[in-house]
Amino acid sequence: MRAEGIFIAVEVEDGAATDAALAAKLTEVCPVDIFAVASSGELELVDKNIDECVLCRLCLDAAPEGAVTIIKRYDNDSQL
Amino acid sequence: MRFYEYEAREIVRRAGIPVTEFGFATTPEEAKAAAEKIDGPSVVKSQVLSGGRMKAGGVQFADTPDEAAAHTVDVLKIEIGGQMPRGVLVDTKAEVEQEYYAGVVWDGTAKQPVIIFSPVGGIDIEQVAEEQPDKVGRRHISNLRPLTGFEAKEVIASTGVTGSELNKLVPIVTKLAQLFIDYDMTLAEINPIGRLPDGSFIALDAHMDMENEARGRHKKLLAELGVGDDETREAREPTAFELAGEAVDSEDHRGVAGNVTEFDGNLGLVIGAGGGSLTLFDAVRAHGGKPANYCEIGGNPSVSKTCGLAKLVLQKPGVDKIAVMMSIVSNTRVDIVARGVIKACLELGMDPAEKIAIFRIPGAWEEQGFLILDAYGVEYADRSVSMHEAAKRAVEKIGAGS
Repeated sequence: MRAEGIFIAVEVEDGAATDAALAAKLTEVCPVDIFAVASSGELELVDKNIDECVLCRLCLDAAPEGAVTIIKRYDNDSQL
Repeated sequence: MRFYEYEAREIVRRAGIPVTEFGFATTPEEAKAAAEKIDGPSVVKSQVLSGGRMKAGGVQFADTPDEAAAHTVDVLKIEIGGQMPRGVLVDTKAEVEQEYYAGVVWDGTAKQPVIIFSPVGGIDIEQVAEEQPDKVGRRHISNLRPLTGFEAKEVIASTGVTGSELNKLVPIVTKLAQLFIDYDMTLAEINPIGRLPDGSFIALDAHMDMENEARGRHKKLLAELGVGDDETREAREPTAFELAGEAVDSEDHRGVAGNVTEFDGNLGLVIGAGGGSLTLFDAVRAHGGKPANYCEIGGNPSVSKTCGLAKLVLQKPGVDKIAVMMSIVSNTRVDIVARGVIKACLELGMDPAEKIAIFRIPGAWEEQGFLILDAYGVEYADRSVSMHEAAKRAVEKIGAGS
């Protein structure tokens, strides 16, 4: 799963995206509402909020290593 | 925030300065009752926040209470400066031997109040200053300690007023200065002060403007005067551009971005931070630039909010480029503002490198901000470039482009 803004892109591993508990956790920790829980319980990425990412790393800390990737598109696609 | 005359008169009265008997009326019946209290000839004055009342027919003289009531019916129908009157001031028609002027105004350059006095009152003080400069006395005063009688005396005496007149005017001017400070005014003016045949002095008209930001400190006074919380009391109605700015600001609770004032220049401004807006606006003008707007941005607005403000400014007719400048910021993130203004350009189909004359926001997360600006070819400056220098570069760039 991937969503792109102008400056930021967010990738979530497919396996993690279907994890309802992780979806709820990511939704809770993100201060700018990039993550949401769909009615199915799976994770959703909120396109309009992607560029609001404040690079706080809370989602990275909340998810298993490598499950979530934050990409700075303005910096040669470097990863947070 | 401007006060109506009837409110200003009440403020003057509370400060202990003698005023003529007056009343505020919204109906002919109330006006008649007010005129009966005066017990003599009266003046019915339209209560609007704009000038030009006399010329528009908004000031009428009445010999009897019934006449005052009849004039009130007429005056309430007259629109002046785009405003319908809130009511009328029914005032005593005083017999005056001489008119004087006294005012205290905030001097933004000196950052101190200045007292202005003239023995030539009843007309615009600017006109007196031009035609009879020796009849205008001025003195800056402290806004921390009370004005002394001696200081007031010096100003009045410098215009040639002497003797008992001088002694009687001193307490009026002193109280006016104290009122200015006590109520956080930006203007407190009595024009005219009338000298009556018995030698006493009385305030015949008053104008007061209070600093908007001070409204919270004077809730009691404003409540007693009947000023509603939602009354902006600006000298003019907000423009569509300014209302759109308010809408941008209210859409998102994060930070401040949208308090805009419209001007007719070609350089759009996205400016702010700890007084930075005023400094940068002045700097642009000092270098010959023509701002399209004033604005305030800070407190860490979101990308979307910054984008909304930048879009508004970029789309303003006549705007060639925008300058994005702030003082050194501690909490507003440079990278977030950079994203917002660049996004605005891109969403409008504009080239950020072309449209952003300069980006000068040093502070939090500036390394990330500069990476973003580099990626889009936007000229930026760090803290080694002063705000004045940044403003100069923006003005030069727009000069070259226009």
